[in-house]
Order: sequence, then structure tokens, then C-alpha cells
Amino acid sequence: MQKLLLLGDEAIAQGAIDAGMSGAYGYPGTPSTEIIEYIQRNKLALERKIHNQWSANEKTAMEEALGMSWAGKRAIVTMKHVGLNVAADAFVNSAISGANGGLLVVVADDPSQHSSQNEQDSRFYGKFALVPVLEPSNQQEAYEMAYSGFELSERLGSPIIIRITTRIAHSRSSVYTREKLPQNQIRLPKNREQFILLPSISRQRYQVLVNDQIRFELESDESAYNIFYPGKDKSWGIIATGIAYNYVMENFPDGCSFPILKISQYPYPTKKIRDFVNSCDQILVVEEGFPYVEEGLVGIMGNPKIHGKLDGYLPRTGELNPNYLAKALGLEDAEGPAVPSVLAARPPAMCPGCGHMDVFRAVNVVTQKYGDIRSFSDIGCYTLGAYAPFNSIETCIDMGASITMAKGAADAGIHPAIAVIGDSTFTHSGMTGLLDAITENTRMVLIISDNSAAAMTGGQFSPAKEEQLEKICLGLGVHPDHVRTIKPLPKSHQDFVQMLQEEVDYDGISVIVARRECVRIIDRRMSEKAAAKKKSE
Amino acid sequence: MKKDIIIAGVGGQGILSIAATIGTAALIGQLNMKQSEVHGMAQRGGAVQSHLRLSSEPILSDLVTKGKADMILSMEPMEALRYLPYLGQNGWIVTNAKPYENISNYPPLEEIYSEIRKYKNHLIIDADEVAKELNTSKSANIVLVGAAAQKLGLDFNLLEAALRQIFIAKGEDVVQANLAALHAGQDIARG
Repeated sequence: MQKLLLLGDEAIAQGAIDAGMSGAYGYPGTPSTEIIEYIQRNKLALERKIHNQWSANEKTAMEEALGMSWAGKRAIVTMKHVGLNVAADAFVNSAISGANGGLLVVVADDPSQHSSQNEQDSRFYGKFALVPVLEPSNQQEAYEMAYSGFELSERLGSPIIIRITTRIAHSRSSVYTREKLPQNQIRLPKNREQFILLPSISRQRYQVLVNDQIRFELESDESAYNIFYPGKDKSWGIIATGIAYNYVMENFPDGCSFPILKISQYPYPTKKIRDFVNSCDQILVVEEGFPYVEEGLVGIMGNPKIHGKLDGYLPRTGELNPNYLAKALGLEDAEGPAVPSVLAARPPAMCPGCGHMDVFRAVNVVTQKYGDIRSFSDIGCYTLGAYAPFNSIETCIDMGASITMAKGAADAGIHPAIAVIGDSTFTHSGMTGLLDAITENTRMVLIISDNSAAAMTGGQFSPAKEEQLEKICLGLGVHPDHVRTIKPLPKSHQDFVQMLQEEVDYDGISVIVARRECVRIIDRRMSEKAAAKKKSE
Repeated sequence: MKKDIIIAGVGGQGILSIAATIGTAALIGQLNMKQSEVHGMAQRGGAVQSHLRLSSEPILSDLVTKGKADMILSMEPMEALRYLPYLGQNGWIVTNAKPYENISNYPPLEEIYSEIRKYKNHLIIDADEVAKELNTSKSANIVLVGAAAQKLGLDFNLLEAALRQIFIAKGEDVVQANLAALHAGQDIARG
């Protein structure tokens, strides 16, 4: 047993490594990124040759992990909450096929939207697909759930979601590790038909899955993660899920006099909850994310003894904290001094010298002649082009939507329709949309602002290297005269403006690859070089 | 023993190194610790904060409770003000004096200082200048750690051990520079 200081993300990675995982798959996305990054540098993971390369997107990652599970080995797939939307087709159907080798789907939700476009709660995906969900309340539990999650997945024959939120993903604490287990050997599914979801087979499989719900719930009822803590004062009973439990208990350093039911495994344990609710006068349901358990309790008919996010006892949006709990329970809560009016907001901004800024400077110059419509953009550092002084972005919806929304707008008669996307986002979900524009030779310009990395999440691997982006566009069918490349720099501004103007004037689809490496990655390489040089001296 | 600290600054200023130094010291000292940090979009030159909690007892919440922080430790004066609702009644504000002006509407510096001076327990240090005089300009954050540790009553033996552990891979001269920065901060805080 070792004691390690780990982020929640890293605790999951360590637990999966120690439990004999053979493959980790994923696409970077805050707050999930550090799981795979940890596996990429962990000594045992490298010795065991655990698969650790980033996938093109969450769907390909999910399918690759499912392939490893089919072969009988243990795999995890990691993503942020909105990544599960991308992987949803594979994920929902993996519930029907079931898992063979242990399969953990680790999804990191982002309440308060620190680095995301919504607050969706992945527990609903568990219910939707009918798979069990584990929700750790601390770093040690995150480790345990990954470690024992494979066994649970193999025993139930189902993929398992591990649902975490930002505050556990990016918070560090000490974690005690367990015995290191060997990896699985190849062991094909006993039922060689179960992964063939032809209707004649999938109907049977779906019935199996529905029947299994009783087993899954029994598992939750008996789970050591779903704990009842008795309390003398039954005027309140508190149901707390995952990390929300900590915010409750922070208010009771000397122990809580109210009974508490802590839930960290789903489908929620109906019997345990029913008994608990019946034993208390009023119930406060405390959940990080959507009012998932609360909605189940309140139902359509309502229930006046249930309180939580639906009736305003707790805020409906954003992260929880200990202060919200104090207010909800009528405890003393004294915040510190108010923020003085002199304070100015300091939103994130693109780094000095970043090539994305040169892209937006060119976009602004060309588009202003036509009115005030600038560009359709996407998910990445360049989304910060929405802020002053650029104000260059009309839209940012999901990975790849810049291209397809520009196409739809062009179809509606918008001119010029300019899409701005990053290299990693383009290979994640942009290529298929570009094909639509090629099929119809839509009059639009796609700018791929290529910094050769997934920069927003910390500069992870981006699959298209050098001229590969141009080759992809040519291969998909963009006319060779209209696949152009430029290095976005202040000194090439006039050339960029002219090139963009020419392509805006072209009646068809064109692509401009604006290629200049991320300044942060250059900095990092320089300092690594300097450190290596110093070491060799 | 229980200390709740909000570490504040701007993305890229090294607030995670501050958290790592104090956190490592806590770990060497067998204390419990939780430290929550900011990754992703906000790191791009935006306001960032880390909640650092140390205790001899088990720690539950990963977040410091508003109104309970023992200290706001900031790499930047305006950022110190952003987290005032966290400050406890006798809590300290320890901040670097040097502004980080990457926004066009940065308020007049004197107004910021006068807001900080409203609190009895405050310490404004030109950590960049102190570090520069020591010829170790990268260690401004460790100067602040030294000052903060003095005010919080942390064990300097543990902090020294932590700095040694963190920087030993970069060479003994880097360790010594950081130890000098730590003690320079300590001396200023002693007054």
C-alpha cells in the first residue's frame, strides 16, 4: 500500500492501472484530461504497455474501448460531459451489447461551466442507457471505484459510468493504493452473438438489459457506497449524492444530528430511499448537478416534504458549496466582506503572440465590408475571439458546428459565410461537415486555425501533422486551387486579408489553413530544452 | 490545527507552485490536505484561484467555506479583493504589490491598496522586487509563501524540506535560491 497525493482524475487513473487495465481511450476535455495524461506518464502503465494514445473523438474512443472489452480485457474511456453526447451512439448501444472485459466510462461533468458550454448531468445517461453509475465523493473513493469498477462491470456484464464533477476531478488529496492486479488475457465473449445488434439479437439483448435492472438495483441497495448514517433529530433527513455529501458534513464538524443517506451508486437504491424518507419529517436532497434523485422523489404528483433544487432550498444552477448547505438547513452562515466595486472582471484571453489573433484580425477586416456578421466558430482557445477587442465570433455550439452552421447560414443566403475551427476540433468532428459543403459546393470559407495541438486543454496531441490537414481537405474533394495555406503573423496580415478576400469572392467551398504552432507549446519546448541542457552540463 | 487558504492570481503566475509548496510541506508533516485548482479555459490569462485546506483532522469539503478562510494569499493585488467573501474575521490578506495589467480597465492601483488596507491583518509585499534583489526573479511566489507561512504559523522546517523535494531535480543552486526567497518573505512578515 502506498500513499499518494492525487487529483481525483489521477486517482481514477491509478485505480484503473492497479486493477489491471489494458487500455485507456479518450479525447481531451476539461475536467477529464488529467486521467489519460497521468496514464501516459505512469511507470507501471508504460511497463505494462497500457494503451494511452488520444483518440480522434469521444465516439471513436468509446468504440475502441468497447473493442478491447469484447476481447476480454479491461478498458476505460474518458471524456468531459459533452463528450458523452458525441459518444452517445456507441455508449447507449454498448449497454445493449453489454461488456465482456471490464469497461468503465469515466465522464467528468462541469457544474458552474468553468470550461464548458452547459452543465448536463451524466447520471441521466446512466438511467437512459440503463447502466449502473458510480459517483465518488472523494479522491479515495474515486480510486476505489475505478479499482473495483472493472470487477463490477465484468460481474454484471455491463459498462459502468464513473461520474465525477470538476471539483473532485481537479482537487488533490492523499490516496491509499491497493495490491496491483495482473491484466486480463484475451477471453472472447461466451455468447459470440451478443455484440451483433441485429434486431433479432438486440431485441433479446434489450430484454436481458431490462431484466438486469433488478440485479443492478439490488447491487445498489447492498453497495458499500450507499451508506445510511443514523441521527437522533428526525426533523430533517438529508439525502446527499457524491461530492455533495462533503458540503453537508463540512457544516457539522462535530457530527450531524440529522440522519443522512449518502448515495454514490445508481440505479438509486429505491428501498433504502423509501425507508429513509418515511422515517424523517422533511427531506433535503443535495446533489451536485441536476436534481436527479430529487425529481424521482417529487415526481409529477409532488411531495411537500421533499426539498432541494426544485423548490429553491438550493440553487438550481452552478456548483454547490458549504455555504449553500448552511443556508438551506437554517444554520449560521457568515460570509466574509463583500467584493468592493473597484474590482474589475478579468476574463481569460488569448496568449500574447497567439496565431489565432492574426486569424481574427484578417476575418474582421474582410467581413466589415459586408456588414457586421463576422465568423462561425467552434470549441477551443479561439472561442476567446468572442471577447473584445476582436468580437469576431457569432456562434460556438459544439465540436465541429462552425463548419456546418456556416453551411446552413450560407444556404440561407448569408455571405460571406466564414467558419473558424482549430486543427484538433476539425479532425474530431469537422471533416464530416466539410463533406456536406463539398457535396453541394457551398459558397463558404473554412479557416482551419492550426496550432498543431489541442491547446485549450494543455497542448495534447493533435492527429493531423503538417500538411496532413491540406491532404484531408483535398482527399475529401475541395478543389486544389482553393486549399490554401498561410502562416498567421502580424507581418503577413495583408497577404492573409487578400487571400481571404479572394476565397470569399469564390463561388464555392474553400479552405485556408492558417498554420502557426501554439506559443505555449513553443515556450514549453524551449524550457524543457534548457532544463535538459542544464542537466547534461 | 486547521488552516484554510485561498491562493489567488492570474493564470500563468505560478499559484499552483505556491499550493504545491505548502501542500508538500503539509504532507511531509503528516497533515491532511485538500487542494482544489483551476484547469482549462480560465487558465488563459484569467483570474484563477486555488483552495488549499490543511488540517490535523480529516477534511471534508474540497472548497473553503465563505467567511472562514484564514488567509487570502495573492500573487496580484486586485485578485486579492476578488475573494474577500471567503475571508474569516481574523483572516490575513497577504498579497504581492505588483499589478498584472492584462485588461484595459485595470483600476487605479492606489484604490486597490486602500481597499486592502481597510483590513487590520494585511501585508502588501513587492515580492517581485524582493526576488529580483536576491537574483532569483522566478521565486516571487516563494517570497509570498515565506510571508504567508510566518503569518499562519506554519513549520519552516517542513517548508524547507518541501522546497528541497520540489526543486532538487533542477539542481542545488535552484534549491538554495528558493530557500533564500522563503526566508526573505519570512523576514518581511516578521516586520
